[in-house]
Amino acid sequence: MTQIFDDRGQQVPVTVLEAGPCTVIQRKRRDREGYDAVQLGFGERPLQRLNKPMRGHCGRTRKNGFRVLREVRLDEGEDIGEGETLTVEIFSDVAFVDVTGLSKGRGFQGVVKRYGMGGGRGSHGSMTHRRVGAIGQCAMPSRVFKNKKMPGRTGHRRVTVQNLRVVGVRREDNAILVKGAVPGPNGGLVMIREAVKRRAGNK
Amino acid sequence: MFFLKWDFSVQAELIEKINREQTRDKPLADFRVGDTVKVHVRLKEGDKERIQVFTGTVIARDGSGPGETFTVRRISYGEGVERVFPVNSPSIAKLEVARRGKVRRAKLYYLRKVSGRKARIKEKL
Repeated sequence: MTQIFDDRGQQVPVTVLEAGPCTVIQRKRRDREGYDAVQLGFGERPLQRLNKPMRGHCGRTRKNGFRVLREVRLDEGEDIGEGETLTVEIFSDVAFVDVTGLSKGRGFQGVVKRYGMGGGRGSHGSMTHRRVGAIGQCAMPSRVFKNKKMPGRTGHRRVTVQNLRVVGVRREDNAILVKGAVPGPNGGLVMIREAVKRRAGNK
Repeated sequence: MFFLKWDFSVQAELIEKINREQTRDKPLADFRVGDTVKVHVRLKEGDKERIQVFTGTVIARDGSGPGETFTVRRISYGEGVERVFPVNSPSIAKLEVARRGKVRRAKLYYLRKVSGRKARIKEKL
């Protein structure tokens, strides 16, 4: 992340995302695959670095392969053909986006960090400091309820941050600047979509 | 609409580039902690623009890169007032150094607790 100044001279915290260009490798159609979607390829990788099935798949449209392939559903009425390229420009008149990615892995964590539970007293003879405490009742129900919040692997899951304001679209750098933070480590892969809750038609 | 992001070292370069664009080409002024400065601030009122001057002592400089800031303290109608300005903000039109101060520390937070003769700063000649 970094920051930029808006037209009022105020500082705005921004995340710089490299977006595209993405090539449509495969177009999935309702009558063939049962749904409408496009498979996008991003980041170049020479064909000789791919295994043969991938080479065949990527070679359908291009002379080089891709690092990442991701499938994205198409809305009703949207259509993009195979071989077409999407660039940051599609965001040039979009005000808000949703960003989806894998959050940073935190490892095995206790309940204080994982769920923000209060924990016990630090001193005055207290013997529970960061423990879970009680996890249920007695003979009724004589079991622990499902989904009880307990210690365990934290982070490294799919997270979507909604309604991030688009602060800038930089065509020449293939980059988009959004206000605020985005899931995942620096260098992580994320998916940027127009904000579901801010689309035309929605309030 | 959709997209994929990829951060590489290429991206570090891109952030560098954006940071450079956001930083002043010419330094604002050669000023230090302890100096008395006049900060010319651009104010937007509707579509009119006006310049306001805030005069006071620089008591701190913080940060580096595009987000660098400095804090100016003045006594206004007997009340201490501090303002934090981003060095690189386009809303700072000009900065004049009115008086150079001779101080021996980087942060002059002690000025908040003293007044009168104790709050004087010697001039550097």
